[in-house]
Amino acid sequence: MTTKKLMTASVVALMAATPVMADLVFPSLSYRTGPFAAGGIAFADGYADYFTLLNERDGGIGGVMASVPECETAYNAEKGVECYEATKAEGALVYQPLATSITYQLIPKVEVDGIPLHTMGYGRTSAKNGEVFRHTFNYPVNYWDGASAGVNHFLDLNDGSLEGRKITLLHFNGAYGKEPIPTLEALSEKHGFELSTIAIDYPGQEQKSQWLQIRRERPDYILFWGWGVMNQVAVQEAANIGYPMENFMGIWWSGSENDVLPAGAAADGYKALAFHEMGSDFPVFDDIQTYVVDAGKAAGAGDQIGSVLYNRGLYAAFLAAEAAADAQEATGEPEITAAMMRDAMESLEITAQDMEDAGIPGFGPVFSVTCQNHGGDGLASVAQWDATAQEWSLISDFFPSDGEVVNALIKADSEAFAAENDITPSCD
Amino acid sequence: MSADFLYGIEVIINGLMAGVLYALVALGFVLIFKASGIFNYAQGVMALFAALTLVGVMEGQVPFSHVINAVFGTEIHHFGWEVPALLAIFVTLLVMILFAWLVQQLVFRHLVGQEPIILFMATIGLAYFLEGVGDLMWGSEIKTLALGLPQGGSLVVEDWTAGLGGDDFYGFFIDKLDMVATLVAIVLVAGLIGFAQYTKQGRAMRAVADDHQAALSVGISLNFIWVLVWSLAGLVALVAGVMWGAKSGVQFSLSLIALKALPVLMLGGFTSIPGAIVGGLIIGVGEKLFEYMIGPMVGGATENWFAYVLALLFLVFRPQGLFGEKIIERV
Repeated sequence: MTTKKLMTASVVALMAATPVMADLVFPSLSYRTGPFAAGGIAFADGYADYFTLLNERDGGIGGVMASVPECETAYNAEKGVECYEATKAEGALVYQPLATSITYQLIPKVEVDGIPLHTMGYGRTSAKNGEVFRHTFNYPVNYWDGASAGVNHFLDLNDGSLEGRKITLLHFNGAYGKEPIPTLEALSEKHGFELSTIAIDYPGQEQKSQWLQIRRERPDYILFWGWGVMNQVAVQEAANIGYPMENFMGIWWSGSENDVLPAGAAADGYKALAFHEMGSDFPVFDDIQTYVVDAGKAAGAGDQIGSVLYNRGLYAAFLAAEAAADAQEATGEPEITAAMMRDAMESLEITAQDMEDAGIPGFGPVFSVTCQNHGGDGLASVAQWDATAQEWSLISDFFPSDGEVVNALIKADSEAFAAENDITPSCD
Repeated sequence: MSADFLYGIEVIINGLMAGVLYALVALGFVLIFKASGIFNYAQGVMALFAALTLVGVMEGQVPFSHVINAVFGTEIHHFGWEVPALLAIFVTLLVMILFAWLVQQLVFRHLVGQEPIILFMATIGLAYFLEGVGDLMWGSEIKTLALGLPQGGSLVVEDWTAGLGGDDFYGFFIDKLDMVATLVAIVLVAGLIGFAQYTKQGRAMRAVADDHQAALSVGISLNFIWVLVWSLAGLVALVAGVMWGAKSGVQFSLSLIALKALPVLMLGGFTSIPGAIVGGLIIGVGEKLFEYMIGPMVGGATENWFAYVLALLFLVFRPQGLFGEKIIERV
């Protein structure tokens, strides 16, 4: 063997023996194509750009670079599962499935694979019960919190009484749209308002019947659970029948710029629930501009920054990065595993100081997570669209949902799930 | 008159107008199927592509700017001018004619004589390809169609009819955009029928539709006629895209309007322009009335499936559709 070959063999052996610092992997199950792409692109950009910022500005998380392998789901459950299966072997730390349908498919899988699932403001509401859903988290807020927050806002507008008022839930005719019905029924009994539900079939491009019914029934308030083109058409149809926009409120998935811009000035005053701040008036966006966009490393064209769904993606990335950093701190291991990530998510505490340090002061609610409570404290806010300024802004602080009603429903639903699936609720 | 009765009439009027919008989509299918026997799965995507192109041209957007910027590291998005609506419509029509020519030259010319299922599969491929090209060319964001089309209920009609019922009746709601769509559809159908009846190319088109081999034998260029038919389908797609896009903004869901045309085609027949119109009206009124009368008892959202039930009911009695050609095969 020649000296050259010996040296080469030594170098190879040395490389094999030296531990390589692996990336922290945060797969992004994005949807940049298909009918829902307009919403998916902004979220995916925000999610990726925040991790790119941490890499470029801070050298990653705890000295380890973050990687965000993206897989296109087209908002389709089958493709979502394929993406999960294709990326989980890369050392995935947490999944954001970004669709309730994909969430339902992944809940049993993550239990087997031991990878945490974070469904922020969507998915299965009763997954808040961490004793049953050990690997699924839905902090800081869920659909039932949303329904209750909407009613709480209407209560505020009516001096605390909705007795004799009519509230209509206009909703997507599927699992997502039907999620708030049990909560609203319970709240209807508690507060004495009349609840009616009106369903819209996918995709919702034609809603004449629904809006003629609303025009006949004249509800005092409308809560709206829509997604995709359903949102734009609903806002336009509400304007068409002259429904007062300030009494029409969407869930957070029905409250982006995409949903109101096509209706123009007629959308002015439309409200939506929110669980994070709007706009780009936060220090983090200056850093993103400098370290990500100007450096040519933005996930997209850099034109989504500050939009509602970009901010949501950024917020999801912030929460994931905080949990990863907590896991590193708790274990003393810079290269964490999915199990360590799960444990950190289960003891996550987001304080005002955490947000301040990340350059997003007051961006979202302050909350904490425990084994019994994977959903945070259920704090939501109300945003309103200003068509003249073409911007959303929060018109309330983050306020709590009706825990008495919501938690009882979560307990009942999660225990039923546990019984059906032979799960013994436990924190061990 | 009772409020319920008047609201029933309101539902019928709105159903008729929704039917017109369905018929606008169905017309494109009929034109191509009648002339070439191809069930054009891409018709909904053509409506999307036409509307995307119209908005892009109006706003002076640089086509494929994302691709150009990604490849060359540039930052160009707009030409810096805006194009008046009428000129933009004209340019969009030229693009749709170019598209028709390309489809004929690159796809269907090579598939002459193939089984209908092969041609259908080709249109599926075409649909996905065109959707991707539209995305690359104009981007995925939702675009506002600023053609100045009127929106909202007609206050004149509402005020004028408010006294017909009691306090529970608020007057008829009729969407101004639907009224415009109805007028446009009438003009479009009259134009298409006039073109088919009174022009040389129109007669040639009908001849090809009747028997393309006979038409070929008398010197009619099949290639030209098929380009013409795809161009007309492109025109219909543009009109449908504009009317639907005015409601929801121009976005990729627009391609799904094809779903609304299928029961109309089943009912009206695949080969009849009047069939598409009448079918659209029947489906529009039928589904809206069913939703109004039965919907609340069964949880609502009945329109999507009831349209197909209605179409299937008609098919039991007339398998070729209301206006379709009866196929008789003698042994």
